[in-house]
Amino acid sequence: MRHLVIRRVIQTLLIMLTVSALLFAVFDSDQFRKKIAVAELGNFGAATLSDSDYQAWIVSKGLDQSFPARYVTWLNHVVHGDLGVSIEKDVAVSTLLKESLSSTAVLAFYVFLIMIPVSLMLGVLAGMKEGSILDRVISVIAVFTTSIPQIATAALLTVVLALGLRWVPTKSAMIDGFSFRELLLPLLTILIYEIGYLVRMTRSAMADVMSSQYIRTALLKGLPYRQVVLKHALRNALVVPVTLILLELTGLLSQVVVVEVFFQYHGFGRMLFDAANFGDIQVIQAATLVAVCVAVASQLLSDIAYVLLNPRLRVA
Amino acid sequence: MNALIQQTREHRRSWMTPAQLIGALLLIVWVPLMAYVMFHQALGIAAPYVLLPSVPAVLALYVMAIYHWRESWVAVLGVTLVCFWLLVAVTVPYLPLLDPNKPLVPLALPGALKHGMSFMLGSDMRGRDVLSRTLWGCQRVLVWGITATSVAYVVGVGLGLIGGYLSGWWDEAVTFVGNVLLSFPVMVLFILVLNVLGQSGFNIIIAVTFSSAPIIMRIVRGLAMQEKSRDYIQAAQTRGESALWIMVMELLPNIRGPLIVDACLRLGYTTVAITTLTFLGLGLQPPDPDWGLMIKEAAPVALLWKYSYMLLVPSLAVTSLILGFNLTADGLREMSQRD
Repeated sequence: MRHLVIRRVIQTLLIMLTVSALLFAVFDSDQFRKKIAVAELGNFGAATLSDSDYQAWIVSKGLDQSFPARYVTWLNHVVHGDLGVSIEKDVAVSTLLKESLSSTAVLAFYVFLIMIPVSLMLGVLAGMKEGSILDRVISVIAVFTTSIPQIATAALLTVVLALGLRWVPTKSAMIDGFSFRELLLPLLTILIYEIGYLVRMTRSAMADVMSSQYIRTALLKGLPYRQVVLKHALRNALVVPVTLILLELTGLLSQVVVVEVFFQYHGFGRMLFDAANFGDIQVIQAATLVAVCVAVASQLLSDIAYVLLNPRLRVA
Repeated sequence: MNALIQQTREHRRSWMTPAQLIGALLLIVWVPLMAYVMFHQALGIAAPYVLLPSVPAVLALYVMAIYHWRESWVAVLGVTLVCFWLLVAVTVPYLPLLDPNKPLVPLALPGALKHGMSFMLGSDMRGRDVLSRTLWGCQRVLVWGITATSVAYVVGVGLGLIGGYLSGWWDEAVTFVGNVLLSFPVMVLFILVLNVLGQSGFNIIIAVTFSSAPIIMRIVRGLAMQEKSRDYIQAAQTRGESALWIMVMELLPNIRGPLIVDACLRLGYTTVAITTLTFLGLGLQPPDPDWGLMIKEAAPVALLWKYSYMLLVPSLAVTSLILGFNLTADGLREMSQRD
């Protein structure tokens, strides 16, 4: 088991190194460097930036070194939390990231808080008796909720809850500080898709377990149904859903882009979107790096969880 | 024995197998559509006529699909939704619709009749007909979605076959590249790619390929590894056939079942991705109608209940298309498990 975990950690580190080198190489090109130079030297466009000024800037920044040397310097900065300065807002990228990530974390916290119990319960209920009416109803609803793209969910929820019933405001900019009512629409938009997806996965895992030999034996032995489900089936059926829940951290990072932009919630996705539209490359680079870190960490966690939870691998 | 030879000859004589016929029909639908949407200028005066052969092709495909899949109502429902939108895409230039890009009467409510023009689904804040925009919008979404998925499939299947069949260092290399790409959250990868390469339809294809090909590769690689030890592969190797021939002509046709199911799902994902990107303003550029663009433009305007149709119509349109893809995939999977 330890061997497996160590192997995964090494793989993860290798991937992180490759991604960081890739990101550095992409944003190290002349086209992007000129943009930063223009922003820092205060000119109004790449056209007015004279070539000698640009060369002088490169030397002053130490960018005339060889590629590996520059990469190491950059990596050193990144590790120490220096991610550059936003061109658009003239603030350190690390400060921007801290703010936006913390508001996205609030959103993510509520998502997980509601998603985990609801989807596991519905999935287990549906998978317990495959083909029952309850199973069919839950499965059909889950197919529908996973088929609605999030822009459509966001639009439909706005129409029904904000415009029709007027229960919640249409946008979630949170100008007067945090309010749960404003958080409701983004939260629901993410939940509707996520719960549907997890329910489907939990259901199929549970259905697989319930049709396996050892459950049949336990039932034929005369153990009460309740006990078989709770003590024998759940333990095996929940391995896959738990690893998937951890993986959802990655999915969430891409979903927040749409949801936060639609509802004008100031989080990580919104920041990335703004940076992409403005061409704020330092922010894009840093945000991508952070996103990949979180994604890779969640993949690692879910792999470790799989090893820990799966008794067949625990002994090995 | 004679009968068997006779049968083989009969089989040889028929000039098209069903699989080839479906492939040909799909090409007749897709090639004109792609030409119409992507290279409209180049078509010149031929533009109004290129879509005509696609109309019977879509209908033929639909009839074949519901006949073959009649045992699964899920698949039939799914394919009906998909074919409805395909049919709309190929017939929309011939339908009596208002110009989708021309400002006529702003904020006409659904069913309004103004200046002799009827707005069945109303008009948006710039006075463009919502019905016409929705129907035209499906063309862009379908063409770019299908093209991007196909490109991703070609790349993913190729790499997956290389990894799964050749194994060894090839496998290590391909898997590592896949793992690196899969460590990006999808939307973040899209934004990164479109920012570095610039925003255009063709770069969307590249972005979708970057995000989908590694997943397709994993699936194909797994299937190819299972299939590699089968007798027919060893027979082909003994015959001395080249690795490329074995991969494409022997292996690929035998793993197509699960791939077709995945392709349906992936068409849905790509459609979501493309509408989402236009919604974010990063993908296909205005003014041509597109469902994502319609939602984007309506979001800040439709803040009253009576204008909610501007959000409702494109949302329901995109949902129905994706539901169609997902139901088709579900139905196909169910049928393959039953056999």
